[in-house]
Amino acid sequence: MLEIKNLHVQLEEEDKQILKGVDLKIGAGEVHAIMGPNGSGKSTLSYVLSGKDGYEVTDGSATLEDVDLLDMDPEERAAAGLFLAFQYPVEIPGVGNMTFLRTAVNAQRKSRGEEEMSAGDFLKEVRARAKDLKIDADMLKRPVNVGFSGGEKKRNEILQMAMLAPKMCVLDETDSGLDVDAMKLVSEGVNALRSEGRSFLVITHYQRLLDHIKPDVVHIMANGRIIKTGGPELALEVENNGYADILAEVS
Amino acid sequence: MALPQIKADATKDRLIGMAMPACGAWATTARQDALNRLIAMGLPHKRDEYWRYTDPALLVGAEVSPSEALRTDTPIFMDKDKVRLIFVDGVFDADASDDPTLEGVEITRLVDAQAADVHWAQGLYGQLETAGQNPVDRPLAIMNTAFATDGVCLHVTGKPSKPLHISYRQSSDASDVVLHHVVKLDAGTELTLLETGTPGARSNVVLEVDVADNATLHHVRPQGRAHNRAVATHLFARVGTEATLKSFTLAMNGKMTRNEFVADIIGDDAVVHVGGVCVGDGKDFHHDDTVFITHDALNGESRQVFKKVLRNAATGVFQGKILVKAGAQKTDGYQISQSLLLDEDAQFLAKPELEIYADDVACSHGSTTGAIDETALFYLRSRGVPEQQATTLLTLAFLAEALDEIADEALAEELRDRLEGWLARHG
Repeated sequence: MLEIKNLHVQLEEEDKQILKGVDLKIGAGEVHAIMGPNGSGKSTLSYVLSGKDGYEVTDGSATLEDVDLLDMDPEERAAAGLFLAFQYPVEIPGVGNMTFLRTAVNAQRKSRGEEEMSAGDFLKEVRARAKDLKIDADMLKRPVNVGFSGGEKKRNEILQMAMLAPKMCVLDETDSGLDVDAMKLVSEGVNALRSEGRSFLVITHYQRLLDHIKPDVVHIMANGRIIKTGGPELALEVENNGYADILAEVS
Repeated sequence: MALPQIKADATKDRLIGMAMPACGAWATTARQDALNRLIAMGLPHKRDEYWRYTDPALLVGAEVSPSEALRTDTPIFMDKDKVRLIFVDGVFDADASDDPTLEGVEITRLVDAQAADVHWAQGLYGQLETAGQNPVDRPLAIMNTAFATDGVCLHVTGKPSKPLHISYRQSSDASDVVLHHVVKLDAGTELTLLETGTPGARSNVVLEVDVADNATLHHVRPQGRAHNRAVATHLFARVGTEATLKSFTLAMNGKMTRNEFVADIIGDDAVVHVGGVCVGDGKDFHHDDTVFITHDALNGESRQVFKKVLRNAATGVFQGKILVKAGAQKTDGYQISQSLLLDEDAQFLAKPELEIYADDVACSHGSTTGAIDETALFYLRSRGVPEQQATTLLTLAFLAEALDEIADEALAEELRDRLEGWLARHG
C-alpha cells in the first residue's frame, strides 16, 4: 500500500534536516504504529506525505500503490486515497461542516472520474456515520471545527475519514487532548473502518491508544529515522521503560 | 474662504453644456439653490481631505471616459415577483418597465413631480442632501440635485406585497447619467427597494430616503458589472423613532465606484444597518465606501459591515464614521471593514472614525487586511478540494458576515451565487 524509501527531508526556510532516511512499508489492511520521542520527525513525516508546504524532499521516495506521492498536489494525494487526521484540526469560520464534507467528497469523486453524490444520498450517509461517532446535527451545521471541544474535533476528523473512505489513513497523534471516553469513541470509529483494502499509520506518544487500535507492527522513530521495528510488545516496552533503553541499544 | 482658482475653473468646465431641466416653481428653486451651493463649494479635487484615497477625476471631468456597455448582462432577481422600473442610459423607459402601480406605494416619475406646482417631494428633494452637507462637503450630490434629468419619487403608504425594482441599463458607451430618487415612507410602512445594473458609462445617482416612525426600508443594490464604468452614489437618509433602514451594496467590476451613505438617526430606538461587498481584479479597479452615521436620539443601533476582496493591484477604500451627539445615550454603534488581499499588489485603505459626545454608549470599530489563511487552505486541499475551489470557499466564508446583513435570504443567496461565479472566473 504505502512504501517509503530512504526519505530525506529538510525545512525549506532553514538548512535543517528533519528526516534522515526513513524506510517504511505498509501492506494492504495493515495497521502500523510509529512511536518516538518529541522532535523525532513523526509529525513531519505525516505532513510530507500529505503535501504540506515548507518541506523539501532531498532524497528518497514515497509511493501509494506504486504511484509517486511526492510529485502530487495535496488534493491529488487525497483523491489517490491518502488521508491525514490532523493533530490540530483547523477551524474554518464561515464554512459549514456539512458544506465542507460534501465539497470534499464530491471533489474527490470528480477527480477520479466518478459521479458526484446526490444531496439525498450524501445526507443519508453522513447522518448514519455521524450517529456512530455521536456527532449531533448541530455539529454538522456549525462552521468546521469552530467552537468544537478537543474530542469533538477528533471525532470530526474520523467522520471525514469515514465519508472520504481513503485507502491509506495517517493518524497524527489523534489521542492528544482526548479523555478516556473520547479516546474509546474515536478508536471505535477507526476500528470500524479497518478493512482488507485499507491501511493505517498511527502516530502516537502513548501505548494507551494502541490498546484500542491494535497495531500489527510498531516502529520506533528517533532523530529522523526508524530505529527499531517489532510487534505490539514493542509499544509495551516503551510504555514501561521509556525510549532510553532502545536508544542506547541502537547506538 | 474663497474657492481656489483650480476648483472654480474645474467646476466651470464641468458645468459647460449641463442644462437644468425645465421644472415647476418649487423644483426650479431647489435646483437653483443647489447650483449656487455648488458654485460656492466647487467640485471635489484629489487634494480634498475627503478624497484623499480616491481621485475624483473620472467622476468630475468635463469629458466622459467611455465604458463599453454590457450586452449580455444576465438579469438578476428574476425569480422575485416585483415591479420593475427601467432606466436606459438614465431615461425612464415606460414601455420596457412594468405597469408602475403597486398597492401601498405612489410612484411618480421625478420629471412629473417636478413639473407640478405642488408635490410632496418638495419637502425632501435636495433637503436631505443639503442636511448631509454638514459637516462634510459632498459636492457631487449637490451637482446631482441641480442637474438630475430623471428619477422616481416613491411615497410609501402601506406595506406593498412585493419589492420595487429600479433597474438600470446602459446602451450607449458614452452615456453620462444623473439620476435622483426620493423615497418617503410614512409611519408604520415597509418597502423593499432593489436597485440594479449600470446606469451609464458615468453615473451620478442620489437617493434621498425619509423613513418615518416605525417604518422599514430594505435596500439591496447589486451595482453594474460593466468593466470601465464610473459611478458616484449618495444615499441620504433620515430615520425616525423605531424605524429601520437596511442597505446593502454589491460591487463587482467597474473602474471607479464611490458609494456614500449618510444617515441621520433622529428618532429613539431606530436601527440603521449598512453593508457592502466588493470584489475587484486589476489596477483599474477602485472602490470607495464612505459612510457617515449620526446618532441624535436615544438607544439607536447602527452597524457598518464592509468586506472587500482585491487582487492584481485593485484598490479598496473605506471611510466610515459614527458620530454620537450629546444626549444620544445608549447608542450601540458597530463598524467593521475588512479586506482580503489575494496577492501582494492589491491595496486597502481604511479610515475608521468615531466621534462621541455622549457618555453612556457602546461603540466599536475594527479594520483588518489579510491574506487567505494558508493553514485552512491546506486543510481543505488535504481533503481533496482543489486549490482554486478551496480559495473560493474561504473567500465566500470571509464575505459571509456582510451578506448576512441582507434580511431576505433568497436575495442574499443570489448575490452569493454571483460572487461564487465571479471568484471562479477570476481564480
